[in-house]
Amino acid sequence: MNWKTLIAATALGLVVSTPALAAREILNVSYDPTRELYEQFNKEFVKHWKAETGEPLTVRQSHGGAGKQTRAVIDGLEADVVTLALAYDIDAISEKTGKLPKDWQKRLPHNSAPYTSTIVFLVRKGNPKGLHDWDDLIKPGVEVITPNPKTSGGARWNYLAAWAFAQDKYGSEEKAKDYITKLFKQVPVLDSGARGSTTTFVQRGIGDVLLAWENEALLAINELGKGDFEIVVPSVSILAEPPVTLVDKNAQKHGTTDVAKAYLEYLYTPVGQEIAAKNYYRPTDPKIAKKYADAFPDVNLITVDDVFGGWQKAQKTHFNDGGVFDQIYKPSE
Amino acid sequence: MMSRNRVIPGFGLSLGYATLYTSLIVFIPLAALAAEGISLGGERFWAVVSHPQAVASYTLSFGAALTAALINLVFGLLVAWVLVRYSFPGKRIADALVDLPFALPTAVAGIALTALYGRNGWFGGPLEALGLKIAYAPAGIVVALTFIGLPFVVRTVQPVLAGLERELEEAAASLGADRWQTFRRVLLPALVPALLTGFALAFARAVGEYGSVVFISGNMPYRTEITPLLIYSKLEQYDYAGASALGVMMLLFSFLLLLAINALQYWSLRRQGGG
Amino acid sequence: MSDSGVANAVAPAFTAAAVSRRAVGEGAWLRWALTGLALLFLAVFLVVPLVLVFREAFSKGWDVYLAALTEPDAWHAIKLTLIAAAIAVPLNVIFGIAAAWGISKFRFRGKQVLITLIDLPFAVSPVIAGLIYVLVFGSRGWLGPWLEAHDLSIIYAVPGIVLATIFVTFPFVARELIPLMQEQGVSHEEAALTLGASGWQTFRRVTLPSIKWGLLYGVILCNARAMGEFGAVSVVSGHIRGKTNTLPLHVEILYNEYQFAAAFAVASLLALLAVVTLVAKSALEFKHQRDRERSARAATRQEEL
Repeated sequence: MNWKTLIAATALGLVVSTPALAAREILNVSYDPTRELYEQFNKEFVKHWKAETGEPLTVRQSHGGAGKQTRAVIDGLEADVVTLALAYDIDAISEKTGKLPKDWQKRLPHNSAPYTSTIVFLVRKGNPKGLHDWDDLIKPGVEVITPNPKTSGGARWNYLAAWAFAQDKYGSEEKAKDYITKLFKQVPVLDSGARGSTTTFVQRGIGDVLLAWENEALLAINELGKGDFEIVVPSVSILAEPPVTLVDKNAQKHGTTDVAKAYLEYLYTPVGQEIAAKNYYRPTDPKIAKKYADAFPDVNLITVDDVFGGWQKAQKTHFNDGGVFDQIYKPSE
Repeated sequence: MMSRNRVIPGFGLSLGYATLYTSLIVFIPLAALAAEGISLGGERFWAVVSHPQAVASYTLSFGAALTAALINLVFGLLVAWVLVRYSFPGKRIADALVDLPFALPTAVAGIALTALYGRNGWFGGPLEALGLKIAYAPAGIVVALTFIGLPFVVRTVQPVLAGLERELEEAAASLGADRWQTFRRVLLPALVPALLTGFALAFARAVGEYGSVVFISGNMPYRTEITPLLIYSKLEQYDYAGASALGVMMLLFSFLLLLAINALQYWSLRRQGGG
Repeated sequence: MSDSGVANAVAPAFTAAAVSRRAVGEGAWLRWALTGLALLFLAVFLVVPLVLVFREAFSKGWDVYLAALTEPDAWHAIKLTLIAAAIAVPLNVIFGIAAAWGISKFRFRGKQVLITLIDLPFAVSPVIAGLIYVLVFGSRGWLGPWLEAHDLSIIYAVPGIVLATIFVTFPFVARELIPLMQEQGVSHEEAALTLGASGWQTFRRVTLPSIKWGLLYGVILCNARAMGEFGAVSVVSGHIRGKTNTLPLHVEILYNEYQFAAAFAVASLLALLAVVTLVAKSALEFKHQRDRERSARAATRQEEL
């Protein structure tokens, strides 16, 4: 480390009127599938911030299941920004702690989601069971791998995508429920988290199809077994918008509001969008999206708001205790 | 009642400190749990804890924990016996290995065991060919719980067995008892308190285990879903009170079972005229 | 005066070895059968999983193995794990000795309830063990608002990790000592006291030597578990990389990043830590035993002369 630069940087940091003397740090509390994305993005942002202001910065990162991470922030984990799987989770933080305003989702473009994703099928090489759409999954003898919607955020997306397909295809909620019941009868293992399911499918060799985030499926193909798996895009899927936001009161307390805001805004810049695309998230910037169009097949996407009337409602009807998901399973005699 | 042992000092100091520390670390936090559970009110509390899915999970959690503790009781005694009484090459290594289940993070244990007993694992493949499904079935839960509880019986019996005076056995033998009689009448009674302690601990540890089980159990509602997983899924809905209610039920069951085992141990000590 | 339990068992066995060997031993075939069965059990339940862990750890070669252990986040996790164990173990040792002394040397009402309360942390699911501290110290917990007002952090910081570690390892030392001290009774201490020793002297000279091995076992188990605990710590840690991650949490992170070899490498380090402490213990025990044997042999020779 060059001492002169360090001293200069510190001096500059003081001049730029940072309240803290020590190098500032911000904490980004996120969920599981964004690990690789933020590892890269943080490095870029720290470089950018240094170039822009001369201030050295540390970005701390915390990952885990989406629900668990949300609870940690509610119970006092002092995140400056949260980058979670669902608007529903951030709503819960706002509602239970008052640390950010209720209308947080309006503060950044695209419903505060800088990148999007969707649910696809990961099948074994050559697609031996010939699975092309959601209704193929309930054919006899097909084993479907998905995590448990009660404990995994990703699994809730899987479930809702399947439901939206069935409701559209079969025409009623009753029939959609039938379909979902049949679908989960084909599930031999309900892992507690999305990455657990990926491991079950890829490492343990269990199941014919894995329902997964597109970014997870692409990651699995590229990192875990090139040539062993294929992605199948169903006729309809769901638009997942993982939102990001500032946790106002925590950032105020740490004196990091400016940098935390800049951090989130940087996600929307071409640099941030490129990093998202390289980590298999669909960029929202049309230019970058065009550049990476080959990587992301066209899917007919529905949204939770359109089909389910929002996450609050979907959560209540389907996943809370006594909801539709609980009715699928009956006590064994 | 206390007069007999009053010669020994330190009653107030040792018990006072032990009680204070127990209160701070165990009792008060558990009281917070109980308070949170009770905040549901009687009717809702009962609805949560008597839900069929919850009941199925208790049966599984407690059944699997008891089975695993029994396996550990038998094999733990055997291992302790062999390690204390016999010498054989590699004994020290075997002895050192016994504590492994504590040091290995439970998630690693779960992953390793699932890899072994899964369909494409070293054990899982051959066993599945025989029609035995271990991973993603209740048997897998028993395997994981046996693994994590293994050190308890061995390590509670070992020091007691090492400390037993051989004169007793020699006396029994010189009075004409055969080896099996000596074991049953002389050795076993002396080992019972330690065995029970080990059993109680292995059981207690197994009941609440989460990290290793979620990997190997498959987590299917009503079939392979353990109570801690249900608690976890309540927390996912920010239902702290419901999670606490289930936690309180588990604690209550465990407390009663442990109390029974400890009472049994006390009784067996009394019968020997110790304690 | 009483020597250690091990010595008691060893010394007479040697002096009277020739006479008693056959009377108190098992036949060779039974001995081998029992040993074989015990080893088979250990092999299936311990050795094979351990082999799997090491095989995975080295599946990408030495370089990846070493890189996984020398990475800064891994170092930080190692440090934090050692700190948590260094605080939790001594506290539980002091508690364990005090509780075992009180419980085994005196009779009082409610003894079984106290013992059961001591066992309870084992029966508490790690999910709950973390939750209880969240309920007490969390933002919406009993002490949360007060802590926040004074800018103190318990959970999602090091104190919470230490507390959770203390909780899950709480019973070890006490439970190791209670049956041992009950087995030994109070006669030795009473004798020492009658001969004029003070309470403290009696404890140090009479009780401590006779519970030495049990205490050591307790400390080793407590330490192993303190380093290996995952569930409870995971609830209160906050998973901040390079800040509140312990080794087991670091393993989970690596595994979730699909760095399987690195994850198993860190796990193998934990396994190694346990084996090393155990080998150290065994060496100590061995030396102790050999000293005993030597003095026993010397004694016999003297008699023969």
